[in-house]
Amino acid sequence: MSPIQSKGVEATGDDLVLVRAAKRGDMGAFEQLVKRYDRNIFRIAQHITQNREDAEDVVQDAFLKSYQNLDRFQEQSKFYTWLVRIAVNESLMKLRKRRTAKTVSIDEDVKTEEDSVPREVADWSPNPEQLYNQSELQEILGKTIQGLPSSFRTVFVLRDVEGLSTEETAEALDLSVPAVKSRLLRARLQLRERLNRYFKKNGSGDGKREVL
Amino acid sequence: MANVKCSEFLKELTDYLDGVIDDRTRAELEEHLNWCHKCYVVVSTTKHTIEIYRDSHLYELPDDLRGRLHSAIMSKCAASKKKH
Repeated sequence: MSPIQSKGVEATGDDLVLVRAAKRGDMGAFEQLVKRYDRNIFRIAQHITQNREDAEDVVQDAFLKSYQNLDRFQEQSKFYTWLVRIAVNESLMKLRKRRTAKTVSIDEDVKTEEDSVPREVADWSPNPEQLYNQSELQEILGKTIQGLPSSFRTVFVLRDVEGLSTEETAEALDLSVPAVKSRLLRARLQLRERLNRYFKKNGSGDGKREVL
Repeated sequence: MANVKCSEFLKELTDYLDGVIDDRTRAELEEHLNWCHKCYVVVSTTKHTIEIYRDSHLYELPDDLRGRLHSAIMSKCAASKKKH
């Protein structure tokens, strides 16, 4: 089976040129960085916070903080990875505010009942894309990822949705590479297990469609 | 890692899917997949899980909101520049 093709972010070769220009006070250069990465930051924030208003705030706060702290940006790492790190921290703060009774931390290594051992093994046929229309599919994917612990969700989103490398994900989350790999495996397997409910072959009767 | 067991296969699943594994281990894992239908299904549906999320366009930023956020970000940055 062929490996996953990572989407990655657009070419970042001239990020450093823009960052240096922005450091010298060129607002236009910073605006180009905003336009380049705002969609990614919004997606990451919405995935982590699961709240539209919070995601909007995170996008604004993350870019503002990055602008105010440009001088502290160490040029040996990518600007995008540094920006993601700021956005993840802002997102987790929002999540903590909403869940005051519960601590939310990227450091939590959650043990869950449905851990790494696949319980249900059923093939998906026909393809989910044939079984559901786009909006139904998005609703299923949104509901499913929402149920993951935030520490798993964050790793999955950075690595698999946004296409950061394992090392970049580790850097953005201040985690070790083995910790990223461990969470990624569990996130992938848990999502697969949960999606089985909707996509498995001969799943819910002859209609095969789980009612949304 | 000859005669790979299902539990051993699962431990390597992430590296296998990401294509960051040496040729020998890859060959051993694929030999396991030749006869273990359960692991084959886990690999193919996990791969599909990743691809479906990656290609889903979930939480795309709408153009009107994008415009509003741009204006807000740039005016906040300009205001913070004046303060310094």
